[in-house]
Amino acid sequence: MLNVLDSAVPVACWSCSIGRSTSTLFCPHCSKIQPPSGGTYFSVFGVSPHLNIDLPALETEFHRLSRQVHPDRFARASEQEKQWSLADTALLNDAYRTLKEPLRRTEYLLKLEGSEIGEEFAGKDKANPSRVPADLLEEVFELNMQLDEMRMARKMGEEDPALHASLTEAKARFETMVNDVDQDLRKEWTVWDKGDVTARQTSQNTMVALLDRRRYLSNLLRDVTETLGA
Amino acid sequence: MAEGRVVGIDLGTTNSLVAYMEGNSPVVIPGADGSNLVPSVVALDPMPADGGRPTMTVGNTARKSLIETPERVIYSVKRLMGRGLSEIQDELKYFPFRLADDVQAGEVPRIQLGEMKFTPPEISAYILRQLKRNAERFFGSPVTQAVITVPAYFNDAQRQATKDAGRMAGLEVLRLVNEPTAAALAYGLDGAKEGTIAVYDLGGGTFDISILKLRDGIFEVQSTNGDTHLGGDDIDNLLLGIALDEINAEHGIDLRSHPDAVQAVRKAAIDAKIRLSSESSASFDIELPNGDRYQRVIPRDVFEVMIEAILERTVGPCKQALADAGITPESIDEVVLVGGSTRIPAVRQLVDNLFQLSDRGKKPHIDLNPDEVVALGAAVQADILAGASKTTEEILLLDVTPLSLGIEALGGTVARIIQRNSTIPASATEHFTTGVDGQTNVAIHVVQGERELAADCRSLARFDLKGIPPMSAGLPRIEVRFLIDADGILQVTAREQRSGKAAQIEVKATYGLTDEQVEGMILDSFDHAEEDFTKRMLIEARLEAENILAQVDRAPKHPAWQQLSHEERAEIQSARGQLADVKAGDDLNAIRGATSALDKATLRFAELMMNAAVTAAIRGKTMSAASDELGEEVTAPHPMAAAEFK
Repeated sequence: MLNVLDSAVPVACWSCSIGRSTSTLFCPHCSKIQPPSGGTYFSVFGVSPHLNIDLPALETEFHRLSRQVHPDRFARASEQEKQWSLADTALLNDAYRTLKEPLRRTEYLLKLEGSEIGEEFAGKDKANPSRVPADLLEEVFELNMQLDEMRMARKMGEEDPALHASLTEAKARFETMVNDVDQDLRKEWTVWDKGDVTARQTSQNTMVALLDRRRYLSNLLRDVTETLGA
Repeated sequence: MAEGRVVGIDLGTTNSLVAYMEGNSPVVIPGADGSNLVPSVVALDPMPADGGRPTMTVGNTARKSLIETPERVIYSVKRLMGRGLSEIQDELKYFPFRLADDVQAGEVPRIQLGEMKFTPPEISAYILRQLKRNAERFFGSPVTQAVITVPAYFNDAQRQATKDAGRMAGLEVLRLVNEPTAAALAYGLDGAKEGTIAVYDLGGGTFDISILKLRDGIFEVQSTNGDTHLGGDDIDNLLLGIALDEINAEHGIDLRSHPDAVQAVRKAAIDAKIRLSSESSASFDIELPNGDRYQRVIPRDVFEVMIEAILERTVGPCKQALADAGITPESIDEVVLVGGSTRIPAVRQLVDNLFQLSDRGKKPHIDLNPDEVVALGAAVQADILAGASKTTEEILLLDVTPLSLGIEALGGTVARIIQRNSTIPASATEHFTTGVDGQTNVAIHVVQGERELAADCRSLARFDLKGIPPMSAGLPRIEVRFLIDADGILQVTAREQRSGKAAQIEVKATYGLTDEQVEGMILDSFDHAEEDFTKRMLIEARLEAENILAQVDRAPKHPAWQQLSHEERAEIQSARGQLADVKAGDDLNAIRGATSALDKATLRFAELMMNAAVTAAIRGKTMSAASDELGEEVTAPHPMAAAEFK
């Protein structure tokens, strides 16, 4: 189930001037569409920030809200309402795209809660080579040598089966590591959702570190996959 | 503006159609010639002797000029929409597009047609205006709002060019809809279908693949991919190239310098391609300018080997779309085939293999005419937007942007801000600052595409954020909001946050017409739309009256005339007299009434005439229809005629 939003500041509806909650896209009194009022992706769906999300319920709610606010429903409305429908729907779509995807959702919540995190998954996908997780230093050094060797061999039109096997093995190992990170993240979701302020702070720090590690691993994995597949 | 009907338009590379929702089902609106398809061919009529503005002919009539006056005719203009000079060089090799000789780099290319020059959106506007007129003739009332379909893989500039064309034609474009999505709408109208469907759309000039999830009336596109320069045209060009080379080798004639002869060979190539979909071989037989004949038989298996490389180009986009949707081929529940080129058996085989259809006991959906299904879907979307129908009130289309949106970062790399396959409308907010003390301008370069370097992506626009209050470097904080609207077109707004001043943006589209340019190219004046409409209806009614009168006047020479009774002949003469009396007047209804009375009076004569000429099939038609069938104006199949087989 989706959690119900607990706090929302009332503002006045542009059409009937009666107060409404900022989380709603429509005025509860006169049913007119409202401009987006600076809510979060969670408040668009009428819920407080949380991480364990029931995806089928989220989808159903996304479809229900889409039916109401989509520009297709306002094709012959006033220019102003058309603009608001467009802005509201963009916000709804951005919110759904972020919340349905576990990593984007976690990142978004962490940022919302003030955690400093590395580069986004959604955006620039360049690796940050300076942040090698300490326990991986040795392995990564070894791996990069092998990758260079492999690329070199490829250029010469040669094939080294032992190297290939070793890289394939490394690939499987990194995949397992990514899965482990994902499982740890899921555990933290529950810690955060149920925790008090202190527990949440600790959990956020853990999640930031986990996301960093994951980002590093997936970049590595991408390099290996590319080199193997080339 | 009067809230009339909203029509759905398929503005195709080869053919265009207009459709509307009649009750619970979409139907195509035929033109005055009774044909559903309007060939996307535009011809410039001979210049009027009085120096007035010349007129344009569109469709079947225009394609007749293709062989006689190829320098005044243009087709497949969709390939040029929204493209820059450097991008269209390849097209020029295969299509008789003649660029105006004064075209500058950086401006919208203009095409030389006879004595005049036109931009691609203007040419498209003439096609749209023809469709608009067909619809107005059909409804008997003005049509001002439309939904127009575009290939799903069209970029921002191509979409904007299509919208501009609509505006020039006097149409308010309520929505641009992606062609494969429109096709899915046409198929999914009964609401019974749930699940994941793939739409494979191989048309005359474009290829699209879209993967959609259907649930409770919501059509949610998961991913889309394609190639805006891949289609039946490429097969035609391949066959044409082979034939021209062989003619040169065997007969020593280089036909490439004879545009009319090239058109004749192209027509033969298209005919062969179409025949090969139903027959095991097809033959070329062309008379050359020196009287020799070029004869060649192409068996289907040879044809299939020839086109293999072209068809193979659809595989990559399909695999990418599946990967982006996060699914494997076996989770596709239904496959819908769209576009005339999907009639080719080799294409069907490829689709079958790709989605493992036979293996799973499935067949692709082909029950709706692949030439019409997109227009039918556009009519459904038009009905949704009109918002007044029970049939479509539960349906909602959630489409995606086909290409990632990015901004050029330091070093010429691309920072992606909206990923491809994001549901639209979609937005992203980015913050920019200055690099030098006191800097008041920041330039931003927006690109579309999946490549790492901005230079390899499609340049959309360059923005100049102006009027930034002078501050130390790095201090201003300019928030720029990028929003892709429901048509897939980018909108940008910006403001400087520290000073609270709205930064002024000057958007310069990399390719495209300015608002003022579009304004200047509007074909009909809006101010007189209503008056023009009545006038035009009157002119058309008079033309129709003149046609039937001319036919009646020729009637007594036909042997069938003698078979009529004295009373029947008298009735025709009396109806003829009445029409002749009202024809010159301004009473539209009187002219239409008298025309239809005369048409009715000649019904039996038309039947007799037909029985005399052909034995079967076309019974029960009126005189004008019969004359069209038999008439003096039997039209040769167009070089680009769509495949039609039963």
